[in-house]
Amino acid sequence: MADYKVVVSSSPHLKTAVTTPILMRDVVIALLPAALAAIVFFGMNALTVMLVSVVSAVASEALFQKITGKAVTIGDFSAVVTGLLLAFNLPASVPLWIPVVGSAFAMIIVKQLFGGLGQNFLNPALAARAVLLASWPAHLTAVVGPFDVKTTATALVVMKTGQGQIPSLFDMFIGNMAGQLGETSALALIIGALYLLARKVIDWRTPVSYLGTVFVLTALFGRDPLSHLLAGGLMLGALFMATDYVTTPVTKKGRIIFGVGAGLITVLIRLYGGYPEGVTYAILLMNIATPLIDRFTVPRRFGYVKRS
Amino acid sequence: MERRTFPGGVHVPHFKELTEHKPIVRAREPKRIVLPLSQHTGAPCEPLVREGDQVKLGQKIGASEAFVSAPIHSSVSGTVASVQPFIHPALGRQVLSIIIDSDGQDSVHEEVRPKGDYASFSVDEVKRIIREAGIVGLGGAAFPTAVKVSPPKEKRIDAYILNGAECEPFLTADHRIMLERPEDVLYGLKVLMYAVGVQNGYICIEDNKPDALREMRKVAANEPSIKVIELKTRYPQGSEKQIIKAVLNREVPPGGLPFDVGVMVSNVGTAAAVADVFKKGLPLVERVVTVTGHALVDQQNFQVKIGTLFSDLIDQVGGYKVEPGKIIMGGPMMGIAQMTAEVPVIKGTSGILVLTRQQADWGEPSPCIKCAKCVDACPVNLLPVFIGGYAEREMYDVAESMNALDCIECGCCAYVCPARRPLTQAIRIAKWEINERRRKCGKK
Repeated sequence: MADYKVVVSSSPHLKTAVTTPILMRDVVIALLPAALAAIVFFGMNALTVMLVSVVSAVASEALFQKITGKAVTIGDFSAVVTGLLLAFNLPASVPLWIPVVGSAFAMIIVKQLFGGLGQNFLNPALAARAVLLASWPAHLTAVVGPFDVKTTATALVVMKTGQGQIPSLFDMFIGNMAGQLGETSALALIIGALYLLARKVIDWRTPVSYLGTVFVLTALFGRDPLSHLLAGGLMLGALFMATDYVTTPVTKKGRIIFGVGAGLITVLIRLYGGYPEGVTYAILLMNIATPLIDRFTVPRRFGYVKRS
Repeated sequence: MERRTFPGGVHVPHFKELTEHKPIVRAREPKRIVLPLSQHTGAPCEPLVREGDQVKLGQKIGASEAFVSAPIHSSVSGTVASVQPFIHPALGRQVLSIIIDSDGQDSVHEEVRPKGDYASFSVDEVKRIIREAGIVGLGGAAFPTAVKVSPPKEKRIDAYILNGAECEPFLTADHRIMLERPEDVLYGLKVLMYAVGVQNGYICIEDNKPDALREMRKVAANEPSIKVIELKTRYPQGSEKQIIKAVLNREVPPGGLPFDVGVMVSNVGTAAAVADVFKKGLPLVERVVTVTGHALVDQQNFQVKIGTLFSDLIDQVGGYKVEPGKIIMGGPMMGIAQMTAEVPVIKGTSGILVLTRQQADWGEPSPCIKCAKCVDACPVNLLPVFIGGYAEREMYDVAESMNALDCIECGCCAYVCPARRPLTQAIRIAKWEINERRRKCGKK
């Protein structure tokens, strides 16, 4: 028998077909219904902001990696995800240099300077939004209503100030309300999240514990829990930001703690804080707590019994 | 019907369709066999024959005085060609082996004769017969069966699990044994239960083998003390600790053995081999081997004489269809990659799997994205994401503090990793380093 050169390595010798780019591509697919809803409600402006944001995120990453002499990894789709998520957190009427600056900050400062894919401890899109909000608050808070380009108060601002009219629950559910361009349609976001759950890309624990905490707490404080679930960036945050792999806990128990903590902070900011919305800061704060959460939620060793 | 399972694990494509419907056929008589003197966990054997000696089928040709050991018998009749080092398929290095040229006569040694009904022997006699027949666990670990059924006196054993899960993809040897020899499997279990003195037997089979479940239920119908259990098809259902968890909801403690929770586990093939000793008198000189993989022209379940070379069996299925990428002894999740096909089938060889070049190409690892799929998959509750990372950075003391030694090396973490990180491989190295360090420090 002829001799062949064969690979000799230790087991396992079998591997899943699901790779990082496939997971990231699934997230992009899951964001498409919400992107479509954004175009329906906020028109072509929304599309332009999304395109500019995605292109500049991908370009920033490629440029940084080229300049620093690293392998260019834009083929893994993760920059596309960040760019799209950042756009979702901006008003449709925002000047186009805002997504450019935001994407560059997200990709270079938050992600690449900390070591690139898998190394950042903050969600890049949310960290960029926080910086943009602090630097150019006027551009970020000038949200527009659906089907016109008039600046309108969001449901959360109405709840906070008591001035104006909250949209009906149905309008809030389908996304027919003022808000950042990708956050308004709970329906579209839930469809995307169900796709990710079915494909086993995300785990149910974080979104369910996050949304559940907000529901219970707002009800306890005598507010309308349903409007709080549907208003602002909660759906987007709970379904797509709090489920980001890199910046959230790896343990099952940790994922629940993350969701409960984010829910608690969100409600505290919304009801008692200076801002009408708290999702961004809630998730960023829990991102910071993530290594600690992982450390204190190590699962029980198989077969290990506590001595009584 | 209730299906039992364990927490964690992964769903792997099983590829069993290649051979699951193919009856066991006898492989052609090997012209020359190679019998390594170490085919089991424990002390290696000393050769009992020399170059030029005539040997008969079933003759004991290697033995050891050590308690944890199993004698080795010739699977052919013929002449000892030499006693020399030969590459070993499990140890990956040269091991002293007895090479025998077959005369093709199969002249049976005079000590090979049916032992008769096991119940007519005392427990100690049954154990001695099992030991003398050289029987070891045929699931892969090759632990001497006679030693297994002699647990420390203070351990109370109340359950014997016969493992027919066969959760490794590609392998169908156990499946075919249960289909074609269900009475022998049942008989072997009864012998093992008798040897240990337990009243409850469980024959456990994954639900992707409904025909085997049916056959085993049929023959076990009149055995009140033996239950046939349907397991969910999930890897690693057939791992000792996992099958005990699934069937009895007991957890073997870290560093412990099944007898610590009152259980014995054996493979269905081992039970059939035990039946062979009592019914036919034949020591362990043959076993069923699944020869499979997409790089081969055909695939087959063979009844093989131990000592037959892999290359001989690969020839018998028509050889390679495409250039082979990897030759594995065992299944793709825990099997051992070979440097060459010129290695012998040993007692623990459940399969010979030949992967294509494409299947063998693992791909380049990319950065870990902390997706935690490895955490969800780990059947012993470890955090491979961290342990693997520390192991890759050679920070073995941190890996140890995260219980790296609990790892059962099932391969789930590396299998599911979307970044293609060789987690199991890294943790295996860490375990070796940790054990080495402990040995040096004189700690146990």
